[in-house]
Amino acid sequence: MEIFNHDSNIPFLGMRKYSIAIALFLMIASIVLVATKGLNYGLDFNGGVSLVVDYDQPVQIADVRAALTKGGLDHAVVQSLGGTREVSIRMQPKDDVAAEQASGGKVNLDRISDDVLKMLQATRQDAKIKSHEFISAEVGAELRSDGTVAAVFVILGIMAYLWIRFERRFAIAAVATEIHDVLVTLGILALVQREFDMTVLASVLAVIGYSINDKVVVFDRIRELFRMARKAEPEEILNRSINNTLSRTIITSLFTGITMAALYFFGGPAVHGFAVTMLIGIVVGTLSSIFVASPILLWLGVSKQDLMPVTKENPELARRP
Amino acid sequence: MSDFPRWKYALVALVMLFGIVYALPNAFIPLPAVQVTANRDAPPIDQSVQQKVTAALTAQHVVAGEVSVQGDHLLATFANTDVQKSGADVIKAALGDGYTVAFKLQSTVPGWLRAIGARSMPLGLDLQGGVHFLMQVDENDVIDKQENSYADDIRSLLHDKSIHYESVARNAVRGQGIAVILRSADDRTKASDAIANEYTDLLVANGPSTGDRFVLNATVKPEKLRDLSRNTITQNLGTLRNRINALGVSEPLIQQQGDSRIVVELAGVQDPAEAKRLIGATATLQYRAGIGQPGDPAAQQAAQSGNIPPDANLFYMRGSQIPVLVSKRIIVTGNELVDAASGVDQQSGTPMVSVTLNAAGAKKMGDFTNANIQKPMAVVYVERVTETKMVDGKEVRTPKITESVINDATIQGAFSKQFQTTGLASPKEASDLALLLKGGALAAPVDIVEERVIGASLGQDNIDKGFKAVLLGLALVLLAAAIYYKLFGLVADIALFFNLVILLAVMSLIGVTLTMPGVAGIVLTLGMAIDANVLICERVREELRNGSTPHAAIRAGYEKAWSTILDANVTHLIAALALTTMGTGAIKGFGVTLMIGILTSLFTSVTLTHAFTALIHGHRKLKTLSV
Repeated sequence: MEIFNHDSNIPFLGMRKYSIAIALFLMIASIVLVATKGLNYGLDFNGGVSLVVDYDQPVQIADVRAALTKGGLDHAVVQSLGGTREVSIRMQPKDDVAAEQASGGKVNLDRISDDVLKMLQATRQDAKIKSHEFISAEVGAELRSDGTVAAVFVILGIMAYLWIRFERRFAIAAVATEIHDVLVTLGILALVQREFDMTVLASVLAVIGYSINDKVVVFDRIRELFRMARKAEPEEILNRSINNTLSRTIITSLFTGITMAALYFFGGPAVHGFAVTMLIGIVVGTLSSIFVASPILLWLGVSKQDLMPVTKENPELARRP
Repeated sequence: MSDFPRWKYALVALVMLFGIVYALPNAFIPLPAVQVTANRDAPPIDQSVQQKVTAALTAQHVVAGEVSVQGDHLLATFANTDVQKSGADVIKAALGDGYTVAFKLQSTVPGWLRAIGARSMPLGLDLQGGVHFLMQVDENDVIDKQENSYADDIRSLLHDKSIHYESVARNAVRGQGIAVILRSADDRTKASDAIANEYTDLLVANGPSTGDRFVLNATVKPEKLRDLSRNTITQNLGTLRNRINALGVSEPLIQQQGDSRIVVELAGVQDPAEAKRLIGATATLQYRAGIGQPGDPAAQQAAQSGNIPPDANLFYMRGSQIPVLVSKRIIVTGNELVDAASGVDQQSGTPMVSVTLNAAGAKKMGDFTNANIQKPMAVVYVERVTETKMVDGKEVRTPKITESVINDATIQGAFSKQFQTTGLASPKEASDLALLLKGGALAAPVDIVEERVIGASLGQDNIDKGFKAVLLGLALVLLAAAIYYKLFGLVADIALFFNLVILLAVMSLIGVTLTMPGVAGIVLTLGMAIDANVLICERVREELRNGSTPHAAIRAGYEKAWSTILDANVTHLIAALALTTMGTGAIKGFGVTLMIGILTSLFTSVTLTHAFTALIHGHRKLKTLSV
């Protein structure tokens, strides 16, 4: 079975002005979005108290909110955790005034949890606390800086590897596209205001890994075609490489997408954010492999001479004087 | 005419076998169990205890799977967690306080598997339920203690050397050291030499002098401070381990994270409040010289007027409002405690804590009690809580220290190494205090900065969902690959399945804790592992289109795809490596899973599929390939 025409010769490079323009626009838009709207940082980053409440019978989010407001918790954030019987409640420990006073200012998670349960059970007897947690904001701040360091480390590491295995221009093109992918993924997360927690951060870092995979496959083909071709017109070589690998690029994205969809639909709320972020990243990464990475490479002026290995293909030749 | 060497077949077969054997333990679901250990004073676990437990369980109609003595502890298994819970209650009631009863998951992995080192993956808290604490050591406190003690030392040093000084005091800013003010330049030189000789951990420098005030600054060397905070963490780790062992939790995780944090994870703990009380509380004792009796006129007056003698502190008796004056002079602190055990005082019949001091503490105590018989000595109980306040929208945590006097007794006779503290309110308080003290007084206080409590039902829920997601993700990819690449797809499917098996085997063998992010990592690995096969299949198709014979197409397909696969996987590995360097547990687990997955998939999707392809196509003349 084949979905893609193996003889396809879509002039992807011919659209490079438009594709790069769109990519630039998306990047700038993402930066603006992240800067103005901001990421919807979750408990892992902002700190606070989070409770997961389970009901035996379906419940309306509005009812839960009303019950909490009645109990004096006006600022609690109530969200559904998929399904109609499980909700997450997030709040700052200071909102529960009574608990704060009783424990002398210390965060008393058990007390807060008890208070919330009492408020909920006043209207619904079937409410049960499934889990509760407290995280200080300080840990979150560190996590944020750790995440940034990790992302920079990944990008530099990949750049170094590609520089050695391929050539400088490939490294730069890959990293530039990589930054595009991360920014656009973050931009979309900021746009839809999906909660940004630890698993989403892990997912964003995994997106880097996934999308570099994609680029390397195309780059590998570019290198191969350059070496094989007698008369190498860069634009033509690049275009042929994208077309040759197109089937693989899309099939792999589909397969990975399928597993992430399974994770999204069946993995439960704990991995929702992860799966969604990964899905966004797969789409962005796939598109940028096709439309963005190669135009940058062309623009940087890649040529046959840069890729001709001296020692690799024939070590004996190189050893001769 | 197969070009696939025989040793590689053997390798593939061996790795597959390894995968199956070492992944197998995960198929054995552990049984909920209750573990009973004897406390220090109780008679050891033996047949009689076993009979007692069995009888009690039968009497209360709690069905236990097996009750057996295993070494120094007793283990009772139950069919499910509900029965486990009531079983634990029954056992607790039957045995009384002398024994620690804890929940445990008893492995059901057969002995022959365990003998070859195969074990099941430990489950993370999010899959098992339990409590997670992240604790931060207060390093400021370490600095405070150091600077205070050096200030005292310098004072006595100058005194011993008869160097006149105006004052020795800590600088206002923490970490800025101690300012010694002397009366002449000559004295300053002498003092400087004396301090530098005596205390090599101090940096001594002349400060600005005005008139007849000659300033000398002594600061603790940074490397000494680093050393101290490292020691503090180590000491705290040990202390926590002791305290948690006292809780009877099986397989607790107590780990250092970064420079000043400690992670404590107690899987399966169902009453987190109790655990937290013990872990979070930092209490220590101070034995101080007493002044008068509790509630005597001097103390009453000091409490009312606020005029407290300069060498005294005004405290209240624990649990009441009776004021008492206590000297500022500390004789012995909790740091010098070696052991503490609770019991009943033979004379008064009240609960007591029997305390043993180390040599240094014993000497100080001996000197003091010798000289002060029939004088009062107070025991100050120092408890530390952390206050969280919001200032300008930011959380500000300030430690609050509560000091109360638990005992103000007259010294009956000289004692040094071993003595008793009486006057505790209840046997429970005595045993709690003894437990806290026995754990070794903490060198620096720790605050809980993160706390997670995950119910056991949520854990089971996550396991079910994670299991479903992995199976469904796998099934869908298997189906898609088989449809799209036919026979080659089926071979890729075998590889993918074994990738999962080998990944589980390696994770189990290394002992990676499985968490929900880890499950996500497994699913992602499955999705991406197929990429190598897609690359190979596409190559083989290409070669066929270019007119290669089937065998040549297979060979060329694998050869040409290899460099791409290698580059793609190495770059991906770099990304996964970065994830594992992140300090946080969840991301780390995900990164480790991803990294192992990349490595196993490199083997399964290239070597393993090549072996199968060669096996299927190797000895036949082929006209076409099913790809």
